[in-house]
Amino acid sequence: MAFYSQKVMEHFANPRNVGQIENADGVGEVGNPVCGDMMTFYIKVKDNRVEDVKFKTFGCGAAIAVSSMVSEMAKGKTIEEVMNITNDDVAKELGGLPPNKMHCSNLGADALHKAVENYKSKQGK
Amino acid sequence: MKYIYLDNQSNTKLDKNVFDVMVPFFVDHYGNPQSIYSLGSISKDALDDARSKVASFINADINEIIFTSCATESNNLLVKGIAESLKNKGKHIIVSAIEHFSILNPLKRLQNDGFEVTYLSVDAKGNVNAQELKKSLRKDTILVSIQHSNPEVGTIQNIKDLVAIVKNNKINDFVVFHTDAVSSCGFMPIDVKDLNVDALTFSSSVMYGPKGAAALYVKKEVKIVPQIEGGVQENSKRSGTENIPAIVGFGKACQIAKEELVSNVQKIKGLRDKLINELPKKIEYIYLNGAIGNRLPNNVNFSIEFVEGEALFLLLDAIGIMAASGSACANKNLKISHVLSAMKVDVAVGQGSIVFTLSKYNTQEDIDYVLEEFPKIVSRLREMSPLYSYFLQTGKRKKAGPGTDFDHEHDHCHINEE
Repeated sequence: MAFYSQKVMEHFANPRNVGQIENADGVGEVGNPVCGDMMTFYIKVKDNRVEDVKFKTFGCGAAIAVSSMVSEMAKGKTIEEVMNITNDDVAKELGGLPPNKMHCSNLGADALHKAVENYKSKQGK
Repeated sequence: MKYIYLDNQSNTKLDKNVFDVMVPFFVDHYGNPQSIYSLGSISKDALDDARSKVASFINADINEIIFTSCATESNNLLVKGIAESLKNKGKHIIVSAIEHFSILNPLKRLQNDGFEVTYLSVDAKGNVNAQELKKSLRKDTILVSIQHSNPEVGTIQNIKDLVAIVKNNKINDFVVFHTDAVSSCGFMPIDVKDLNVDALTFSSSVMYGPKGAAALYVKKEVKIVPQIEGGVQENSKRSGTENIPAIVGFGKACQIAKEELVSNVQKIKGLRDKLINELPKKIEYIYLNGAIGNRLPNNVNFSIEFVEGEALFLLLDAIGIMAASGSACANKNLKISHVLSAMKVDVAVGQGSIVFTLSKYNTQEDIDYVLEEFPKIVSRLREMSPLYSYFLQTGKRKKAGPGTDFDHEHDHCHINEE
């Protein structure tokens, strides 16, 4: 069996929503001190919904695939729904991740949540 | 799709001429070389012939070659076999910090059994410091093991000088000097008498021979305690039925290497230099890892800043180019390679290491394809790298890479160290 699932490879080779949002409503950055992966997420929020998501990621194939997948999962969802997405949900959607990558590269939901927290703090909520 | 194999430090393609001589030993000549009837004799003759070719390749005598199953086994036999043989004379061992794990991990166990190990540092290019070796020698030093060349960064050690330091110091009359020459043997001539080493490891599978055969050269005067015991094979130094097809292949690979190694190396070196010279012209913020002059003729190792090595080689694989990386993400234990780490390569930069190791089968077209496609892959990953955009915006480098604790609130990683 290949190291990564087909879905991981597909998202890694053709990542969705790569980029930066100028004047984003929320920005979140997380990093992993062990392997050194790093993700920055940008969100645009309208009527309590995540209207647009973009990300930049420094990391391995899994880190990039996770970022791409979570960006797709978040688009169009309410703030509350986005906060309920877990790292495990993302891994499941990707058809699983190799065990040693499970805790390390799987930071997408955390980065996204941080962007939402940043948005909320700007709103003064 | 193209299929360009540039990971020859991990395994080389089997030479067709090697394969051809192996074939009869699977179905036709299947006798056990220890049996004295005719079918056994055919295998015995083949074993003797292979041994003489393997010995001749490194200028050793036939009774100085112990066949093993792989280089890991050779290195295990050496480390444990010498430690056991000389433990009453001393318990101090010296190695370089950049040895293969088949040297380093057996030593961990010996350390638990009361042996002391000195790990020699290397400089930024991967060279062992001769003065440090000199200072580390003790009356109870039983073994010095320093690799001939490093498979990852290509740095070739000056083994002859290092051996001279150990032998001229006359610290005692039993210290054994071993060199792991696995990554050198397919790519440069090796002569044990010229090097003046007491023991040397090399392997068939990285010199266009089959997997399943390797050798440990041990000088006649050196006593080694076997680690696999049973019958009388390999002069009782390594028991077990000989893997005749693989050993026959190893012998042929050595014979071919002796004949064509020098001319192959000229070609491979040309291809290597093209990559080393041209890639920095096409990619900014790229740094060569390893030595320049004393470098394996087939080794290219660059750190590409702002991107990660596993992502690099996965995208290369998608277009048919197979390479390796020393990044933490590419390692199953999620640690940056111990070699880059010992060379004190910046962790963030080392994350972008990519290793191309060439063979006699690579062509100009292969190299041109890499030069054409690899810069595109780097651009693609940089476009999505937050470290790169930060650098473009501010001209500064964000601290990153393994060990960078820039996110205290989230405890993401629980890596089992075992």
